Parts: sequence; C-alpha cells; structure tokens
Amino acid sequence: MSNTAAGYNSQNGEGKPPCSNGPIQNPVMTQAPGQGYNTAAVTMHPQHMPAKAPLEQPAGQYHYGCYQSAPPASMYQGPGQSAPPVSVYQGPGQSAPPVSVYQGPGQSTPPVSMYQRPGQSAPPVSVYQGPGQSAPPASVYQGPGQSVPPASVYQRPGQSAPPVSMYQGPGQSAPPVSVYQGPGQTNMTRPPSRPLQPHQGGSARIAAPAQSSTPPPVSSNSFYPGSQIPPHSHWPYGTSPPMSQPSVGSPANHVTSAPSQPSGYGIQNSPPQGPPAPLNSSVQPGQPSGYGIQNSPSQGPPAPLNSSVQPVPGAERAHIHNSFDALESGGRNAAQHPPQMGRAVGLSYPSLPPGYQNMAAPPSAPGMQPRSQPYPAGAQSFQQAPLGPAQLGSALGGMSLHQSQPPEALRAINLLQERNLLPQGPVTPPVPCLPQDLQRLNCSPEVFRCTLTNIPQTQSLLNKAKLPLGLLLHPFRDMSQLPVVTSSTIVRCRSCRTYINPFVTFLDQRRWKCNLCYRVNEVPEEFMYNPVSRSYGEPHKRPEVQNPTIEFIAPSEYMLRPPQPAVYLFVLDVSHNAVETGYLDTVCQSLLDSLSLLPGDTRTKIGFITFDSTVHFYNLQEGLSQPQMLVVSDIEDIFIPTPDSLLVNLSECKELVQDLLKGLPQMFTRTLETQCALGPALQAAFKLLSPTGGRVSVFQTQLPSVGVGALKSREDPNQRASAKDIPHLTPATDFYKKLALDCSGQQIAVDLFLLSGQYCDLASLACISKYSAGGVHYYPSYHHLHNPAQVEQLQRDLKRYISRKIGFESVMRVRCTKGLSIHTFHGNFFVRSTDLLSLPNINPDSGFAVQMSIEENLVDMQVVSFQAALLYTSSKGERRIRVHTLCLPVVNSMADIFAGADVQAITGLLASMAVDRSVTASLSDARDALVNAAIDSLRAYRSGGLSVQQPGLVAPACLRLLPLYVVALLKQKAFRTGTSTRLDERVFAMCQLKYQPLAYLMLMIHPALYRVDNLTDEGAISIADRTIPQPAILQLSVEKLSRDGSFLMDSGSVLYLWVGRNCAPNFITQVLGVPNYTAIPQTMTQLPELDTAESTRTRAFISWLREQRPFYPILHVIREESPLKASFMQHMVEDRTESALSYYEFLLHLQQQVNK
Amino acid sequence: MIIAFDELKTDYKNPIDQCNTLNPLVLPEYLIHVFFCIMFLCATEWLSLGLNMPLLAYHVWRYMSRPVMSGPGLYDPTTIMNADILAFCQKEGWCKLAFYLLSFFYYLYGMIYVLVSS
Repeated sequence: MSNTAAGYNSQNGEGKPPCSNGPIQNPVMTQAPGQGYNTAAVTMHPQHMPAKAPLEQPAGQYHYGCYQSAPPASMYQGPGQSAPPVSVYQGPGQSAPPVSVYQGPGQSTPPVSMYQRPGQSAPPVSVYQGPGQSAPPASVYQGPGQSVPPASVYQRPGQSAPPVSMYQGPGQSAPPVSVYQGPGQTNMTRPPSRPLQPHQGGSARIAAPAQSSTPPPVSSNSFYPGSQIPPHSHWPYGTSPPMSQPSVGSPANHVTSAPSQPSGYGIQNSPPQGPPAPLNSSVQPGQPSGYGIQNSPSQGPPAPLNSSVQPVPGAERAHIHNSFDALESGGRNAAQHPPQMGRAVGLSYPSLPPGYQNMAAPPSAPGMQPRSQPYPAGAQSFQQAPLGPAQLGSALGGMSLHQSQPPEALRAINLLQERNLLPQGPVTPPVPCLPQDLQRLNCSPEVFRCTLTNIPQTQSLLNKAKLPLGLLLHPFRDMSQLPVVTSSTIVRCRSCRTYINPFVTFLDQRRWKCNLCYRVNEVPEEFMYNPVSRSYGEPHKRPEVQNPTIEFIAPSEYMLRPPQPAVYLFVLDVSHNAVETGYLDTVCQSLLDSLSLLPGDTRTKIGFITFDSTVHFYNLQEGLSQPQMLVVSDIEDIFIPTPDSLLVNLSECKELVQDLLKGLPQMFTRTLETQCALGPALQAAFKLLSPTGGRVSVFQTQLPSVGVGALKSREDPNQRASAKDIPHLTPATDFYKKLALDCSGQQIAVDLFLLSGQYCDLASLACISKYSAGGVHYYPSYHHLHNPAQVEQLQRDLKRYISRKIGFESVMRVRCTKGLSIHTFHGNFFVRSTDLLSLPNINPDSGFAVQMSIEENLVDMQVVSFQAALLYTSSKGERRIRVHTLCLPVVNSMADIFAGADVQAITGLLASMAVDRSVTASLSDARDALVNAAIDSLRAYRSGGLSVQQPGLVAPACLRLLPLYVVALLKQKAFRTGTSTRLDERVFAMCQLKYQPLAYLMLMIHPALYRVDNLTDEGAISIADRTIPQPAILQLSVEKLSRDGSFLMDSGSVLYLWVGRNCAPNFITQVLGVPNYTAIPQTMTQLPELDTAESTRTRAFISWLREQRPFYPILHVIREESPLKASFMQHMVEDRTESALSYYEFLLHLQQQVNK
Repeated sequence: MIIAFDELKTDYKNPIDQCNTLNPLVLPEYLIHVFFCIMFLCATEWLSLGLNMPLLAYHVWRYMSRPVMSGPGLYDPTTIMNADILAFCQKEGWCKLAFYLLSFFYYLYGMIYVLVSS
C-alpha cells in the first residue's frame, strides 16, 4: 500500500505535483499576505482610535450625520497623521483639500472625504466583529476595513504613510448619500444574502440524498457521449435529457447529478456535506458538489468560520492522503462488487435516437458495430492478442519501404529543375507506416505531430539523418468530437502512470501490457464492462482503448484543492498615452458585449485594475450603487486596499461591472499622467488572484516607467536595418520572469495585449506571459482614429479571446516509450520537471513543441508511443484530463527515416529552435543554424538515402519544401536582417513562432497566395449549402502576380487582396463594388455584399479561410501603390530583396554546400 | 551540487526551489577559490597558482555570461530543465569535484612534504 502511495508521489505528477510550486502551496500562500499585514498592523497606531471610537454606535445609526460628527477629527487631524493623504472622493461639487492625490475628471476632493474613510473602516469593525468573522460572505459591506483582517490591511498604509485615496464611482453622479447607503445596505442586504446560501446548500443537499439513495449504480459511472459532442459543449453540464442514462436502474439519479457534477464522487462524501453546507461560505451556487465534498470530511464542521475559500493546508493534505487511500480501497471495493453492481454504467450517445438509448445492454452495441475493431471481436481474440507485436512486425516487414519501388515520399527531386513544388492544396502530413487498424486509431495530426513519422532506431541513426526529432502538440484544440468518460477509477499503468490507450496490448482478459514501459498491469473489474456495447468482458472495446484522444472527468484524487472558479482580472493602462490611443473604448465595449460569453459558471469572478503612475482598484461589491475606485499610490510597496470586494461574482454584480465598463473610458479622458507603473499593477494583480488563481489580461500601451519593473528604451532606430547582430533580444530585467514564476505557482496566467507605436521592450515584457502560460498579442501603432483596421482586429481578437474555452490550474505531462527522452520544450509554460509542464491556464490557441532524443536503442521495438496528458479545471469547475496518444513505427534505415519526414513539423520545430538560439546566442547564429539544418539534411539524404547519385540539388519528395520553408523563415520578421524591423515586432514574431499551433504557424511562415479574379466553381467544395471555390496555391513570387489579375494572400493573421492596375473591370465592379481601379479607396477592409456570382464566390472563399482559424484575420484591399504594399511584398519569400537571397540563389548556395 | 542536479533530473524536485538553494552557493564557492588563489600568490606557490588559474578564468567567464538575474547565482529555473543545460551543469559539477579532490590531495601532499622536509 505504502509502496503504491509512493508511486503516486513520484509518478503522478498531474494528480499531485510534489513540488512546492504546485497548487498545494496555495493554501499556505493564501493566508500569508493577510497574516503578514496583520502582524505589521498589530504594532498599534493612532488609527485604531477611530476604529474603536464608534464602537458603541449601533449599526442602524450610520446615517450621514453620524459620519460627519465623530471620526474625522480623531482620524486625520490628530498628531502624527500628517503624512498620509488618505482621502475618499465623494463626488462632484465638493471642494478640494490640498492633499488630494487623485484629481478625478471635473471633480474635487471634499472635506467630506475625511470622514468617508472612518465611516467605512471603523464602525463596521465593531459592529460586525462577530458576524463579520464568522460569515465572510457577509462581505457585502462596502468598507475595506470592515471585516477584521481587512482592517489590518487597510491600516497598514495609514501607518507607513502611503497615500490612499478612495474615489467613488466613475460617473460621480450619485449624491453623496449613496456612499453611506453602503453600510445601510449592508444591514439590509446581509440577511437576505444568507438565506440565499442555505438555499444553495440546500439544493446540494437535495441532490446528495438523491445520489446516495442509489449508491451502487453510481460507483463506476461512465459516460460516453461519443462523437456527437459539439466542440464547446462541456458535456455533463449540458442539460441532460438526451444524455439520460439508458442502462442501469436510476435515471433519476443521473439526471439530478449530471448537471452539476460527475456523479462518481457524489456518493461517498455527500452525507457529511449536508449539514455544513448552508453556512459554509465556500460553497458557491452551482459548484460541483465534489468541491464541497472534498472539504467536508476535514472541513465541514469549521466551515462556518472559514472565511477563505481555501482549505487549511494541513487538512488539505490530510485529505489528499485520505483520497488516495480511498482510491486504492475504492478499487478493491469495486472489485468486490458483483459485476452487475459495479458497472452501473451510464452511457450516453446524445444524438442517438431515444429508442437506442433505452435499449437494454446487448452484448454488442449496434452503434459500435460499423466500426471495425482492431481486435477480432469476442473473448476468443485474447488468445491471439499476445501475438500482436509479431503480427505487427510482419505487417511492417511487408511494408518495407525500399524493396522494389521507392515510395512517392522518397522520389528524388532535383530542386533546381523543378519549379512547381507547391501542391495544389494544403500540404498534407505524411501518414505513419503502421498497420491500418493501428493507424486508424492514431491521433489526429492536427493535435499531435511528429517531425519524423518513422522513428529511427538509434541516436546515431538520427544524427546521421540530420533531421530534428520532436513532437508538435496542440493539446487543447477545439475538437468537433471528443469522447468524454466519467469513471471512478481511471485505468493507468502502475509504474509509469500512462493512461490506458489504444496501443496497449491485452495479454488476456485480465491483464494489459503498457506500451510505454512494458509493465503488465491488471485490468480493474469495472473496466471489464464496456459502456459502449454494454457488455461484459470486453475491455479492449472500451472507449479508452478505441480513441487516441479522450477526455476523462477526473475523480477527486486528481485535485490538490477544490477546483478553482473561473477568475478573470483585467489590468488596463490608463495613462495619457493609453487614453490617446482610445483603446479603452474598444476593450470596454467588447467586454460589455461579450460579458455573457465569458466561460464560467455561477462562481465566476471578475475584477478590474487600472494603472497610470498609481494603481486603481475597483470595489464592485454587491450593494454599492456604483463602482467605487480605490487609488493606491504607494507603488513601491503595493497592497490590496480591500480584500474581498475587488474580485466579485460576475452573476451577482453584473450591473456594477457593466456600469464600470461603461464609465471607464470616460473617467480618464482628461488625465495628464504620463507615467506608467506596470510592475506594481502586475504585483497587485498577483496578490489579488493568488488565493484562487485565474487569468490576468494586461493591456499596456507604453514602456513601463515607474515602480518595479520599470524599463528603459534599448532600441536604436538606426540599427533596425542592421545586417549585423540584433542586440536586446533578451530581457533587460528578470522582474517579469520572477513574477511570472510566482504567478505560475499560484495558477495565474498573464495574457499581454500590447498596443503601442513606440518601443515597449517586449523582450522583457513578454516574459510575464511566457512563463505563466499566457499569450502575447501585439498591435503596433494602435490608434482608434488613425488605424481603424487594428481597431477591428482588436475587437475580433477580443471577442475570440473572451469567449474561447479555457482550462485553469493545468499541467501537461508528455510521456514516451522507454528509450526516448524529452530534450527541450518550446512554448509558453514553466517546465517543472523533465516531462511536466505547469500551465496555469490552457487555451485552445496555444501550441507546444517538444524536442526528443533517443537515449537507448529501440532495437527490439516495432512501434513507439507518445502520450500527452493535460489535466485541467474546466471553466465549470470540473477537473478533466485530456489524453492524446500517438503511435509511430521504428525503422532502421536512412531511407525509411527520410520517407517519414514531415516537412511542416520539421519547419515548426526548427523555427522554435532558432528562436531559442537567437536568444541564447545571437541572431546570426540562429540564421546559420537554419541554413545548416537544410544543408545537413540534404547532404545526409545525398550520402545515405539516395541510391543513385544524381546531379543538381536532390531532395526527397517529402522534404522538397524544406529549402523553401527555410528561406521563408530567414525572411520572417523574427530572423530577417537588413530590412528595417522594429525590435518589438521581431520579438513578437519570435513569440508567435514559439507558441502558435503548427497549422497557423505554417501560414505565418509561408503564406498562401491565390488568384481570385477568376474564381470558378470547378473543383469547389461545398459546405453547408455554400460552394467554396478552391483556387490553386501560387508560389510567393512577384512573377506570379500579374497586373491584370487580383490576388489574395493569406498570411494567417492578415489577408491581403492585391488588385492589379489592369485588373478586369468586371472584378472591380462586381466584387469590390467600385467603378474602376482608381476608385478603390486607400484603406478598404471589407468586401461589399454584392449580389453577384463573383462577389458571392469571393466572399465565400474568404469566409471559409477565416473559419479555419480561431482569430479573425482582417482583409486589406491594396492597390499597387498602397502604403501597405510593403507588408504584402515582404511575404514574397521567393524573390530576391536588397539584403536576402532569392529562393533560387539559396538553392544554388545549398547545392554548393551539399556537394562540397 | 551534482547530487542536486541529479535530483532535478531524476526526482521531481521543483526547479525553482533547487535553483534557489543552489544560487546562493555559487558565489561563496567562487570566492573561496579566489581566496585560495590569493593565498597561493602570497605564498608564491606558482605551480599551484598556475593549476588554478584556468579554473579562475573559467569562473569569471561563467559569471560574466550568466543569464539576466537580479540576485546572485548562475542558475535560472526556467532554463535549467533544458536537457543540454542540465547535462552541462552536471558535467561541470563532476569535473569541478574531480579537480577539487585532486588538488586537495596535492595540497595535502605539498603540506606534508614541506612539514617533513623542514
């Protein structure tokens, strides 16, 4: 037992990362800041006097007069109070005291402000002392200093004399009274708010008995919604009628449990949950009751006093051990159950007709029969199963690649002679040479790709082939079909913790052999039951063994803490420069529009921070009549002015959030503050989110200039076009990196939106996203008037950004067959162990690359497997594991290695490696390395893979595009020299190369060029009643352009429609909707919707292109003399530029080097 | 130090913690080495000094080319897990250990030799 527990400790990274960086530390950290402040505040100070002064006053007396009378004098007039200009802004029409720190728009600081603060901080302390502590949700009250720990937080600034000011609301229209309504409302609203919670708890309780009434069926509840799941559906939350479980016994049970939780763990713990639930502040509405449950054994009783959502660390740990014990014993229990009991399997095929769902379990499911099985059906097959590898071997032998005719992939091509190398359509990845039944089960190349689909047997063979070995992953891709399994035990290998997958071998009905470490494992009892066919004794037909990509709903032992709610924090730059660009309007409007699209459940929290030279927080506490702004100007030592009302529940405080978003753009229109304290704002965001984790979206428009993390301009504009080395690609300070690591430890991801015309030192700033698994978006020279295309781009991007799926507190582990090992990871993350990535957030638009090396020879293996397991918390608070498995054959000849080379994956990996190289060494080094990679692989092919020597530059057909891609990479913004490139744009391109998924990366590296003035329906595909023409992809050379045509270039994030001077007038009038060429406007970003065949075709084609990617590319219509022509022409990678070779010259250079 | 890197490679110790424990040790090690070199210089032990000069130069170079960091030390938790860097650090650790051991015995021998001959 202990042995297995140890196994968990060391192996089960996802379940329980032992490192302190992991979430396990969170509870401790959570407490830390508050305590720290407490201790600091305990050293007493005159400010406590006002806090105690109104002690005798009952709460009901908090009327205006009361505030006026008592506290101010004691508070601020007193001796020793000279320093802190603490002021609370009340509203317009009030006179200004000289101490005011913040000058709001058109408003002044009132003398009244003096007593606002005591009014807020002091009296409630006394009044709410009891309840405030015991029932923290009663944090409805407004004041920061009301509940006790907050009070101490708040007093500290007073002592150490940082100026604190409070500022009421953006519009400032409300009468002063509204402020005092706060406490009044507190009294009013608090009682109602408490009954609310019992109600929620009550519903949880209702659910609980319902579950526990039929315990056995739930114990191994397995849902298999199958392939019909729409991409974004979080399945168990979907309302369940179609999913109502067909088979065993208790549909009611499933119906009740499905909406909020995977019922697998409802049972064991639900009874204890009942009693504390009503008062337990941590129980949020709609939260999966697993959450409550986890707390319940250790935390149930003290819950009413627990003010934090976080459990006590010790208790948490203890509970984890419990749950591991429970796991072990649970497995046994299940095994002891009679099979009929143990496999009460709820299975659902949501789109199947109800008749099917209601069918009693037949031995083989009709729905599954059309799929041919890799194993002969039936139990007899187990006799043959052990022979599997042998069969495989013979199958592979039969496919031996170099017997008679070299396969197409190896056809030797003389690159110097053949010009038209581009395929008509998209480049397709090579298919691994696996037996068909295995290949059919293999992971989709869109998710999981390997640079070499035939893995070399030894490292020396790999070195000889001179091709990089690596994986390209897009693990959280939006999937159109994703099987989801709910199971109380997830079957994994005992020693290497691999998830069971289609490539394991079943030795007999009871044992399976891991395909990564070759350990023989037992098949657990409940795995014997197949929920798809609802038959017993066919473990090899389970969905886990039939799908290379599968998602598990993880039981509680995969949680280190209760799943966190979705928490979003927006950090906005409101300095003068930022207001000038006018981005606030766009961002706030986009947020307003998409607020309901933010993924999450009823626990979703949202908060806002703005910053210029000070940091502004927004109190959005329910009950306030309008948002309240708190200004902290002590940026050297940032603190959170009030702990619990800055991040508010989105559904409860939606009106306030909307008010704030509407008011925010106007609040700063007249600001004169040019300084920008990004570092302190980020620190504040970190402190605010560290108890829960979540996502921080930072909008930044200029170089951070004050506070920690201030940067200096390092770019010399005269050096932009330098052909020599580009300096300053490395960060100037490690502040952002360190902060990102702290964030990563607290499960916070930071996404950076940089909207700036000037140099912002993205090389330093990007670190905050790079190591916290965020993303970087860059909008050079954004301006709301001068650059409308970028405004549209930002709007579209934000819409996608806000509404896209998100996974929290996630980790990804990449496992591979023994003998292979992971060399380096590329992407945005923090590497926590050799094969474990810590990803505070995972989003569907991030890709990863993994460089592999071969440590031991793979001599006696026919195939190797790779498995990527992504453990995350969905926005609905469910813990899920998405597992991808890829299986590839092993070969031992050079020809086979070249035959399996995937040129796009190789290019993607080379690009990532080159970015690393240019940061660690230098840009010219990276460029040389890219060229050498092409030279080496072609030379290796010439010497090793080629049977007959040919003249010229010979490449295998599968690698024929490699020189083209390399030359395209060299002309990328990231790597080009000689052409004027701003440092930020270069660094941004490097970031993109590192974390974009391969499909979008390839468009960025080598855009697709189509001729669109003569689109026809010939060869068109039709999707959903639309006919989409499929023009051929042209080479990126000016020679392909002609004056009398018009061309569409798709570079991933931007579309250019280039119109030639002599373009057919028909096209100009029918598609562009203007009379003639000269009438085409200089900036045109939209095609008019004309009712002509040409227009329909063109628009159908463009919208089809747009649908293929997550972020909406803006279309620029450009004429021959447009200013945007340069950015169009820079993608013409086959042409010669002043400073770079043309493709043909590059080939000649390669030939020279290869034949040397 | 080697043990630490081995831990990092095999065990699942958090690279941040590991770097935090290792980084403060780097400068003292270098300083002790510099101190020894100065002592040799004072004692005009040219042979020992000559043996130690390459390592001294290496230390200076290594510290000059360290990643951008605010604190003292060499190791960056974000890059330490890179297989190349990890392997390099491990190799460096072994080589230094061997060098220090050998030179320790050499110094011991030298000391005894001097004691006996005097």
